[in-house]
Amino acid sequence: MADMAYWEAIRRAHDEELAHDRMVIAMGEDIGVAGGTYKATSGLYQKYGAERIIDTPISENSYTGIGIGASMAGVRPIIEIMSINFALLALDTLINAAAKIRYMSGGRASCPIVMRTPGGTAHQLAAQHSARLARMFMSTPGLRVVTPRGPLDAYGMLKSAVRCNDPVIIIEHESMYNMRGEVPDEESFRPLEGAEIVRAGTDVTLIGYNYSVHLCLAAADKLASMGLSAEVLDLRALRPIDRDTIRRSVEKTHKVVIAEEDEAAVGVGAEIISVIIEECFFALDAQPVRVHAADVPVPYNRLLEKAAIPNADDVLAAALKVLGRV
Amino acid sequence: MKADDQKRLLREMIFYRRFEERSFEAYMERKIGGFLHLYSGQEAVATGVLEMARCGHDYVITGYRDHVHALKAGAPPREVMAELYGKVTGSSRGRGGSMHIFDPSVNFMGGYALVGQPFPLAAGLALAAKHKGTDQIAICFLGDGANNQGTFHETLNMASLWKLPVLFVCENNLYAIGTRIDRSSAVIDQYKRVGAYNIPSSQHDGQDIDVVMAAARTAIDHVRGGSGPYFIEFMTYRQRGHSMSDSNAYRSKEEERQWAERDPIKIYGDRLKKARILTDKDIADLEKSVLDEIENEVVRFAEESPEPRVEDLNKYCLDDQPNPQWIGPLVQGDQHG
Repeated sequence: MADMAYWEAIRRAHDEELAHDRMVIAMGEDIGVAGGTYKATSGLYQKYGAERIIDTPISENSYTGIGIGASMAGVRPIIEIMSINFALLALDTLINAAAKIRYMSGGRASCPIVMRTPGGTAHQLAAQHSARLARMFMSTPGLRVVTPRGPLDAYGMLKSAVRCNDPVIIIEHESMYNMRGEVPDEESFRPLEGAEIVRAGTDVTLIGYNYSVHLCLAAADKLASMGLSAEVLDLRALRPIDRDTIRRSVEKTHKVVIAEEDEAAVGVGAEIISVIIEECFFALDAQPVRVHAADVPVPYNRLLEKAAIPNADDVLAAALKVLGRV
Repeated sequence: MKADDQKRLLREMIFYRRFEERSFEAYMERKIGGFLHLYSGQEAVATGVLEMARCGHDYVITGYRDHVHALKAGAPPREVMAELYGKVTGSSRGRGGSMHIFDPSVNFMGGYALVGQPFPLAAGLALAAKHKGTDQIAICFLGDGANNQGTFHETLNMASLWKLPVLFVCENNLYAIGTRIDRSSAVIDQYKRVGAYNIPSSQHDGQDIDVVMAAARTAIDHVRGGSGPYFIEFMTYRQRGHSMSDSNAYRSKEEERQWAERDPIKIYGDRLKKARILTDKDIADLEKSVLDEIENEVVRFAEESPEPRVEDLNKYCLDDQPNPQWIGPLVQGDQHG
């Protein structure tokens, strides 16, 4: 086991996949000579050269399209978009092309691209650098969407995504790149599907994904100190959603809180509650509660930003509510 | 060019014209649904350019007016027609329709409804060819209207910067759907817009297939020779509306009449007659054999083919046989970090 940062785990996955298959390339803004905004590709330009670690102009829609076109002809591009806010520029090639080409060609063409992009709020980056937008990708058929919560998944899911034949969106997080965790020394892969019970419990299920898993874990610690047992479930994949694992957990605890860093409307929590109602409505002993961001563009001011984004205390309060403790 | 090849080219253009007109008839009979964009009048461009390419080897990609590009690239006509009919035997198994013909078996990489989207996809195909070290090139056919998309500028910049082996063919038919070019583009001559990206470009008559082939030869040699992209503009005209619902209210009968005189099939047929390669009777025979082939081999196949099975609705959304090593299931309790 090696203790490494989230960004180091991503870098290692790149390095191993680039070494494994010459058809793997990486492309994005500042990923080569500059080493990557989050260091996730540092040193790879020197090791693999300009032909495989491609610094692109600031043209998100077209360089994504170039990656997609290359993938149709056997290349396996890992496309970095510096911020999920900028991924909006690439939605035409991503959603209108990559997500649909396999289907509208009757399975004759495919687009095995990986798009990596950080969503989430960091430290006072204001509205145009703080979008989360997972909901936009998870609603699109033809894509896979995963949200690694730590270095192990950041490493293993990127490796699986490169090998997988579908377009995979990996949503990282601005505030997680320096988070540390254990990753096995030997090469390994983590599956692109399946929710994970990160912490077993019996009284309430706290559901998170990406950064919000950590809010759930912190809330679970506080609940434990109050003698309450919370189960923490990491969705891991937002598309497809692992309905079985959600159902099994709810049938065990009968109470649910969903924590999302995004706004609530038409969002991850809304979808998960729908899944629960469809799968196991009668297992519920209390109304599910969503913990989510305020319904505003993310503000710059430190106090306003803090007020806009959910934290572990919000998850705790929601858990106490569904447990009838308030 | 040998006389046999000239006769073949004329027959190909007659075939493509009849294919399109027969599609129109099937559309009016409601056997073809959705949108249908016909290529009638522009045949010399796709036929001439791709005659100079290595079809089946080079990548070809285009917009939604895609039947003829697919056919010349090597897609079987019966499969293209079956796709228009939405049949499971179609090029895209009935999932794409007229605007989304795909035949990767001959490197025809699709027709796309998003005007301007094929620009980066073509550059990507070219990047793949370069990365693999093959001598393939990518050929991207789009109309003049596509040049007002951001992807035009973004892609030309990167294609030039990275010296990608891609040929951009602009089929300037003067109208972006129903808006005339002088009302939608600040620069009328589209090839002049490319100079900003350090890409060689030229403009030619698109109605004379001999002119098209000569220009395409130069452009393709440039691209295949490793000198980077080339942009070639052909002046042409679609004889039919943008699609089936088009009233043609935005252009005059006089303009349509003038362009009808410059019909590419007529121009080439007259030339072959003048050179005594073909007689009027030969051409009539060609037309008859094309009619027979389209009716008996192409349309019949489409008519008699089965529909896709409704049970297969969800097929092709993702890889239908994924490797569980990458996909899962996840083993619970295996977590770290």
